[in-house]
Amino acid sequence: MSTDNLSSSILTLVTFAPLASGLLLLLLPRRDRDIRIFALVSSLLTFVLSLHLPVYFHRSLPGFQYEVDKQWITSPNIHYHMGIDGISVWLLVLTTFLTPLCVLISWKSVHERVKEFFIILLILETALIGVFTSLDLFLFYFFWEATLIPMALLIGIFGHERKVYAAVKFFMYTMIASVFMLAAILWLYAQTGSFDFVIIRDQIARGALPNFPAAAQWLFLGFFLAFAVKVPLFPFHTWLPDAHVEAPTAGSVLLAGVLLKMGTYGILRFNLGLFPEQSRRNAPWIMTLALIGIIYGALVALVQPNMKKLIAYSSVSHLGFVVLGIFSFTQAGLNGAMFVMLAHGVSTGALFMLAGILHERRHTYEISEFGGLASPMPVYAASYLFIVLASVGLPLLNGFIGEFLVLTGAFQAKPIYGILAATGVIWSAGYLLWMYQRVFFGKVTHPVNNSLPDISGFEKAAVWPCALAALVMGVAPILWLGAIDPAVQAALTPFAQVASKVVGQ
Amino acid sequence: MTAVEFMSAPPALLQTIPQGVDYIRILPELVLSAFGIAVMLLDPVVDEKTSQRFLGLIALAGALFGIAATWYMSQSPGLAFSNMIRVDSFSVFFHFLVIAIAAVVILTSYEYMAVQRIRAGEYYALILFGVVGMVLMSSAVELVLIFIALEISSISTYILAGFRRHDASSAESSLKYFLLGSFATAFFLYGVALIFGATGSTNIDDISRTLLAGPVELLIYVAMALMFVGLGFKVAAAPFHIWTPDVYEGAPAPIVGFMSTAPKAAAFAVLLRIVFVINAPGRQWLIWVAAALSMTLGNVGALVQNNVKRLLAYSSIAHAGYLLVAFAATPDLGTSAAMFYTAAYAAMNIGAFAVVSHFANAGERYVTLEDYEGLGRSSPLLAATLTIFLLSLIGIPMTGGFFAKFYVFSAALKANLVWLTLIGVINSAVGAYYYLRIVVVMYMRESRREVPVTPIPFGLGLALVISVVTTLYLGLFPNRILEYTQQSARALVAPVQSGPTRALRTPEKF
Repeated sequence: MSTDNLSSSILTLVTFAPLASGLLLLLLPRRDRDIRIFALVSSLLTFVLSLHLPVYFHRSLPGFQYEVDKQWITSPNIHYHMGIDGISVWLLVLTTFLTPLCVLISWKSVHERVKEFFIILLILETALIGVFTSLDLFLFYFFWEATLIPMALLIGIFGHERKVYAAVKFFMYTMIASVFMLAAILWLYAQTGSFDFVIIRDQIARGALPNFPAAAQWLFLGFFLAFAVKVPLFPFHTWLPDAHVEAPTAGSVLLAGVLLKMGTYGILRFNLGLFPEQSRRNAPWIMTLALIGIIYGALVALVQPNMKKLIAYSSVSHLGFVVLGIFSFTQAGLNGAMFVMLAHGVSTGALFMLAGILHERRHTYEISEFGGLASPMPVYAASYLFIVLASVGLPLLNGFIGEFLVLTGAFQAKPIYGILAATGVIWSAGYLLWMYQRVFFGKVTHPVNNSLPDISGFEKAAVWPCALAALVMGVAPILWLGAIDPAVQAALTPFAQVASKVVGQ
Repeated sequence: MTAVEFMSAPPALLQTIPQGVDYIRILPELVLSAFGIAVMLLDPVVDEKTSQRFLGLIALAGALFGIAATWYMSQSPGLAFSNMIRVDSFSVFFHFLVIAIAAVVILTSYEYMAVQRIRAGEYYALILFGVVGMVLMSSAVELVLIFIALEISSISTYILAGFRRHDASSAESSLKYFLLGSFATAFFLYGVALIFGATGSTNIDDISRTLLAGPVELLIYVAMALMFVGLGFKVAAAPFHIWTPDVYEGAPAPIVGFMSTAPKAAAFAVLLRIVFVINAPGRQWLIWVAAALSMTLGNVGALVQNNVKRLLAYSSIAHAGYLLVAFAATPDLGTSAAMFYTAAYAAMNIGAFAVVSHFANAGERYVTLEDYEGLGRSSPLLAATLTIFLLSLIGIPMTGGFFAKFYVFSAALKANLVWLTLIGVINSAVGAYYYLRIVVVMYMRESRREVPVTPIPFGLGLALVISVVTTLYLGLFPNRILEYTQQSARALVAPVQSGPTRALRTPEKF
């Protein structure tokens, strides 16, 4: 009985624990050290709590687990419906894993308005977790919008020189795109009388909505636009470099690590789940955009003089892989897409932390300002190399598994997509290794760099868990894929039917 | 009157002689009038230095007793005064809303009066008298009575707008409001006359039955359009919105908070009755155009404003547009969505203006965006409350503004108004930009100018707490209010189908 209680309340607990600790933080006196310790301890506790979910997760079951379904508002019919499957469980754990690291990396670098910073960070965590756990479309939209404000505040208050511009741009891009999703959600509610994802999905699948076929394409686009801006899919990516360059390190880590995945998660869950037929139909142009994103992102990253911008564009490229994998509609492609999401979250998060560490010492991200850093900062250089290798997809590290699976899926779908996407892997090795060479190898070109202190204890504590995770994910991907695979298979079943329908005609 | 007498009295007489219960059904109006008169009489008697606080307290007590009277009134619903007034949950809702707005405005005015050196007597009395007109508008079902109530409320607000006597812009505001406003009421009256000509009645229920029974004449369309002009002016809907920015800029800030919520709520109540009970022919396209125009012009206008009062004026035009969207939907859903919206809008807008009026300081000197720079640091509490109101005006989840928009748009979608909904959601995304500009300058810019921030006085603090709590309550637990508005919506629409039928008088007899 007690385990039953726990399994029905654990999701609520994990989701709102950060918010609760954020509110508690509000009451704490303004002693920066205490606030930092409190934020760290509470976010670590949330992480430990969230580990309950994958540990007791029934891996072979494809459906939603730890479900809670309570009426929240009777009219309109809004439910507090939460639940996770093999897809969302890992994104949730990724969020709770990265947050304490964000606290650590901000330990020294944030020294003004410390209290506000950590409160905002914790509220953001709740909103992010909520996005991945909501099964009620209304609740989902609620959390989706709720992530906007804390992120915009993190960029706008704690960012660098052009922070206000970047914050407003970020906010407006996502806000405008997501109102189309709201319109689509409202349409679905008007037709079905429910916001429940499962109910709406079943009604659509049964063909119970007479007006649906005429509107389906618009609904698909409404959802897709909101997600594509968030991913960001080419050509909606222009807000991303600005937001990243101006954001504080912790903001960048969560932005790249988790916020972008909200978009790909949304596509996977809602576009594929609700509109399988339209997903099929629209796949060609979406895959083309994904391919353009992979190659364009990589090429632009290659010529960036700014380290953070380079990493930002590399995200555009990597997220292109995810979208490509999703729209290949193959088991391998979807598994790979999921794995790239997680791997990208860990290694790009770490890359942003490493860039932040340099910025902390020299207050610049310009690659030309550095050179030969390997000799004054050997441990830092080694950690950086490890993460770079993980990110370029060295076998036995996390990046390789996902990209390999995505490419397999893309080849199965259409060989030319696979061939073109494979060049992205080469480009990514190019820009990252070239950047690494310019920053770390050769002679120290700027004398100030000679006296730079090596990576500190807090920074190690933030970066090394990511490196460890990258290694484990690379060596034993089955730990993750074991849960992902059944969920992906379930997500793909309607496509098998759609495909057979097409063949049958 | 005993039951026997009741039975034996001739039916015509029964309708004309007011009974005790008739007075209960206008009890809030009576209570508010009594307190208004008391304030005016006491004004010359009490010492001028202490009068502001004392009279303010009396006015506040008047509002609180008005709320109590509303509760008492709600216990005996029904028609009163020869079917001129209808007390149902619809009118009770607007009574409560308007009087609560007045109470909050009195609280915010408390300190403002001293700073602006305004004589308190007339000010508070005018607020109370204005409220009498507004609440009467919400319960009147007789167009002539509605007109009288509209005039009572309008004349009070015309004068209140000019209360910063030493400031030319305030006089301009008052005069402009008065001239254009009387013009608009004339339109309304003309519409009433025409509809009387067409149907032979000025009673809303009778009119609706006549329209249901017979063919619709062209005259009705003209009458509807004219009445819409009059009410459209009062709610500041495009294309009758031109006065709004100038009037709001010049009027005292607490009064702007009042003007932009209470008379609007009352005018929307009338509009709801006219649109949905009469079930006005041709309403759909009329409202469609007005709603789309208001949303777009309001938001585009607000984008370029640098004065916060003007910005909020344009924002109120946009919000009138969102609200009008509900009027194009089906009667039951549309009414409840519109009622919820008025309540949510009142809470957030009055709160926003309360902050603006406190921050503007003596002589309303600090009202530009530059003055708000760095407010997040110099006055964190004030900035945080203003942020909550602005987020609610944007329509961010967890605030009342979100659910308000949500209900309106889902009601519109239920009525298959896909394009209007799309215009609405795009507009609300555009609107986010200018509200955020205020948040951005408060938190993300350093102040370049010395702007004094006085501590928050108790009255204002209380008003802010009420507004914040209401805004968040409506955003987190909208259930109860929504159930109430749905019930009122059914009560509003029901009499048309199943009300007591009265013999219709034909126009020839008059």
